[in-house]
Amino acid sequence: MRGLSKLDRMLTEAKFRAAIVEMLCRAETKLPEDVVSALKRSKIREKNPIAKLQFDCMLKNLELAQKLGAPICQDTGTFTFFIRLGSELELSFDLKKSIDKAVAQAMREVPLRANIVDPFTRENTGTNVGIGQPSVHLELVPGKKLSVDLLVKGAGAENWSRFFMLKPADGEKAIERAVLLTLVEAGGQPCPPTIVGVGVGGSAEITPTLAKRALLRPLTSPNPNRRLAKLERKIMQAANGLDIGPMGLGGRTTVLGVHVEKAACHIASLPVAIALQCWAARRGRARLINGRLKVEVPR
Amino acid sequence: MTNSPVTNLSPPLSELDVKKLRVGELVKINGQIVTARDKAYARVLELLRAGKHLPLDLHGAVIYHCGPIARKTPRSWKILSAGPTTSARLDRMQAEFVRRTGVRALIGKGGIGEEVAAELARLGRVYLAFTGGAAVLAAQAIEKVERVLWLDLGAAEASWVLKVREFGPLVVAIDTKGKNLYLHQKH
Repeated sequence: MRGLSKLDRMLTEAKFRAAIVEMLCRAETKLPEDVVSALKRSKIREKNPIAKLQFDCMLKNLELAQKLGAPICQDTGTFTFFIRLGSELELSFDLKKSIDKAVAQAMREVPLRANIVDPFTRENTGTNVGIGQPSVHLELVPGKKLSVDLLVKGAGAENWSRFFMLKPADGEKAIERAVLLTLVEAGGQPCPPTIVGVGVGGSAEITPTLAKRALLRPLTSPNPNRRLAKLERKIMQAANGLDIGPMGLGGRTTVLGVHVEKAACHIASLPVAIALQCWAARRGRARLINGRLKVEVPR
Repeated sequence: MTNSPVTNLSPPLSELDVKKLRVGELVKINGQIVTARDKAYARVLELLRAGKHLPLDLHGAVIYHCGPIARKTPRSWKILSAGPTTSARLDRMQAEFVRRTGVRALIGKGGIGEEVAAELARLGRVYLAFTGGAAVLAAQAIEKVERVLWLDLGAAEASWVLKVREFGPLVVAIDTKGKNLYLHQKH
């Protein structure tokens, strides 16, 4: 730290925005390593030639996207940012405004498709910014840390998000049923193999966010809680027995992973939310290191 | 990519061209395909219901459910990313659309509703599945943008008339016999 002036160590708006633009560019053109290796492993497990072909196309597409710096999918999605902000960190700018600007800049640089419209008039804002978009969740944490997680979601998968108010007496079996029901109903539409985010508990405004937050976890990290990790494995096994397969054309791989997250809930409730992420599971992560916001995912 | 035989098709397609296709077979398209999604479908139906002509003859055409990312070049457009969109969103308009236009084949992802699929089969149309999200792979097969219709709908919703070479591999997912690859999973 010595030798750096206070100004050098300060995160300016320009530096913050540049890191967000870089994260958006990388996330749209490259998948995190855990997702790529899960796709490769799944391809080997498939016996069905059509299923294998789907994986071939996915992997070939990833190579091309990276090589050409082009968006993996033409549906460049909507953006949800999960920010953890140290309460002792001094920032001299408006985080939300800076993120809006970064999205507008990425729109030209990646480029992104204009995906954001008014829900009633269906008029396109043309900038990927609108009321409540991009979505920013801010969590205050102790100290001077700052991390930004980004979830990129296309509509194919987003349109199959589900929310269930189950009965507490129904228990874990009902949670599993809710997920399987959602996957069967969705079939090939959310671009399987999907990653399934399951939020359990909380209340009607918390649970869907938990389900989305679950999608940030790498496929290599089961829930640290053993009971939840067991439920994740159980649901994954059942889901991969559905024969929905890649793109719904049949096969052994319907999901790449199941991530369950929980929050405490009311004695009379068992809320369950499901968020599906398509196989092109785009996400990003950046962390403040020595005054610099460094993009760590995707590499 | 696989060793399965591939049928090469060049639109406009005849009824016989598509009746020969069976589910599970692979297809590649050479020649013209036309993109259309929600708003272009609505525009086409609005024009045809009013007894007007389309700016493009779609008899025997291949429609691609897609809203691409395009970049303007000095003379034309370059398509950067152009994977398929969810076909089932168009279910409500699908049967009338193919009947009125004479379109022979649809390319999309995720399949279409069971009843609409059966209706398409009766009408002698096929549904070809392209891997969702494989947008750069698709763009690589696009040689040229021939025309773009209805840009007033926005670049993603407009109809792009594309010249393609070996566009695919596409999987015949619903054939004219009514066989449907998406139905095996319903149980």
